[in-house]
Amino acid sequence: MKSVFTYTNGMTPVDTSYCPGCTHGIAHRLIMETLEEMGKLGEAIGAAPIGCSVQAHKFMNVDMCESAHGRAPAVASGIKRVHPNKLVFTYQGDGDLASIGMGEIVHAAARGEKICTFFINNCIYGMTSGQMAPTTLVGQKTTTSQDGRTVEQAGMPIKMSELIATLDCAVYVERVALDTPAHIRLAKKAVRRAFAVQEKKLGFAFVEMLSTCPTNWGLTPPDSMKWLADKMIPFYPLGVLKEPEDIQ
Amino acid sequence: MTEKVLMKGNEAFAEAAIRGGARFYFGYPITPQSEIPEFMSRELPKRGGTFLQAESELGAVNMAYGAGAAGGSVFLSSSSPGIALMQEGMSFLCSAEVPVVILNVSRGGPGIGGIQPGQADYFQATRGGGNGDYKLIVFAPASIQEAVDLIYESVALSDAWQNPIMIFADGIMGQMMEPITLPQARPFIEEADIAAKKPWAIVGYGNDDGNRRVVKSLRMQPDELEAHVEKLFKKYEQAKTALCRYESTNVADADIVFVAFGTVARITKEAIDILEAQGIRAGLIRPISLWPFPYGAFDEVGSKTTVVISAELSMGQMIDDVKLGIGGRKPVRLIHRTGGMIPTSIEIAERAKKIYEELR
Ligand SMILES: Cc1ncc(C[n+]2csc(CCOP(=O)(O)OP(=O)(O)O)c2C)c(N)n1
Ligand code: SF4
Repeated sequence: MKSVFTYTNGMTPVDTSYCPGCTHGIAHRLIMETLEEMGKLGEAIGAAPIGCSVQAHKFMNVDMCESAHGRAPAVASGIKRVHPNKLVFTYQGDGDLASIGMGEIVHAAARGEKICTFFINNCIYGMTSGQMAPTTLVGQKTTTSQDGRTVEQAGMPIKMSELIATLDCAVYVERVALDTPAHIRLAKKAVRRAFAVQEKKLGFAFVEMLSTCPTNWGLTPPDSMKWLADKMIPFYPLGVLKEPEDIQ
Repeated sequence: MTEKVLMKGNEAFAEAAIRGGARFYFGYPITPQSEIPEFMSRELPKRGGTFLQAESELGAVNMAYGAGAAGGSVFLSSSSPGIALMQEGMSFLCSAEVPVVILNVSRGGPGIGGIQPGQADYFQATRGGGNGDYKLIVFAPASIQEAVDLIYESVALSDAWQNPIMIFADGIMGQMMEPITLPQARPFIEEADIAAKKPWAIVGYGNDDGNRRVVKSLRMQPDELEAHVEKLFKKYEQAKTALCRYESTNVADADIVFVAFGTVARITKEAIDILEAQGIRAGLIRPISLWPFPYGAFDEVGSKTTVVISAELSMGQMIDDVKLGIGGRKPVRLIHRTGGMIPTSIEIAERAKKIYEELR
């Protein structure tokens, strides 16, 4: 019989710890499937964050380490200096990357570290059960913005891709979404391009993935997909912000 | 080849780290150790190593963790407030059992404090400034030569123990010059040899036996975490004897036994000569390892001794360990300056004599 679907070797054969309808699993699979297709699983090294994906190393079938909250870009910078020809990546949530780890991500990008960062933006702190993140939308209710985030009290959400794109040595920046099959296909292309940028040692590559957190948004998985499309994409527009010429 | 040279402390420390095999250095400027990142930026690339100026000490310690986890031999340096920022990383390094050599060219505190020498980071170094149950191995040299030798040795020792090692030097040592003999340079570990030499390192599993490696600190199950911490403490228990180091001079029949480390130990040696000339016999216990602390050295303190004096550049931190060492058998007193002030040998001798005469 012809096989139409196989589990990727890029993922370990264990159940993930993610909630039903959470798109962390999709993001994991896209990255790992890409590395498998590139034949690079044995040459990749990842730095996991603190957040729901703290145990990404349990699911991603490559050499990996954990990082303290927000520090993955510094950790990956260290790894890459030791193994300049390996594919080094960080996987980080929005609390991890855009709040406590803002210094590390901006400077890794500014230095043009030859690494890839996969940034999972779900507009909330997932693991600590739903507090306001720097990416939380105006009006969005969280456990620390119970009547909805206000500009007056908490300012505006940070658009990380736009911010990173201002840095000259961040050569590839794209925002994708994980809500529909079409968007997921585009997301996979972005992952592939990010690794291609690294293989060619062109500079820092950043892929922001708009993601869901049904559990803390208080929505069903289908409604979460709709919320992502209706609320997140208008504020966080999808597309390539920056791309080196020889990668297109 | 060994080499006799006259060098400024900070540069000698950096040279010793390179010769010891530290191929990677991550740093951030802070007085009184800024000559180290400067030296490393100039020297390391020439010799096939990597220098990277971090965005902060948080960045530096986490780069060190990444490079160390990937099997690189890493040297880090900073001074007190910078070392404070690195505490998150030190706890992580100990838990994940990643070797790194960390030098504190310490200054006065608290807060931003001052830029003059201090020893008030004793608790931070020996008690763990980061969270959780862990131990740093801490060595405190008293001369540039000793610092050079300890840094050189610690690069390999840190690998062997899979634990960070801190070298606790003070600002005086960083800034002064002394003639020293530099040890022969060890070759750097080549990237291709890491997997064989450090089988736990994350190198990309395609490199060797096809087994995947994970360097981590998180253990969500309490029984698993307890077992991990107990495993770490078995290692620390061995370190307590294997790595315990001190120098002991004339302790057995001394009227006064001084305990001092680093620069203060050198000043105290002069104070001992001054007291000797006045007919008071004084001895010295100089801890070289601050953790493990040489509690056993106090067994030598005999019945003739009137007082044990802890001499420190702090409000009295090591004195807690001195009290544990002497176990209530003798009165323990403190002679100290802090904030970057340094006592002269005459000052130490006079204060010691007064204490001695009061207690005799
Ligand atoms: C230094 C430190 N501060 C706070 C925390 C608590 N903490 C754990 S996960 C997390 C938020 C993670 O949120 P995010 O990065 O958005 O990832 P998600 O869980 O949503 O995937 C926080 C604040 C921590 N582990 N360490
Ligand atoms: S809490 Fe949110 S981000 Fe975390 S696994 Fe559940 S749905 Fe995903």
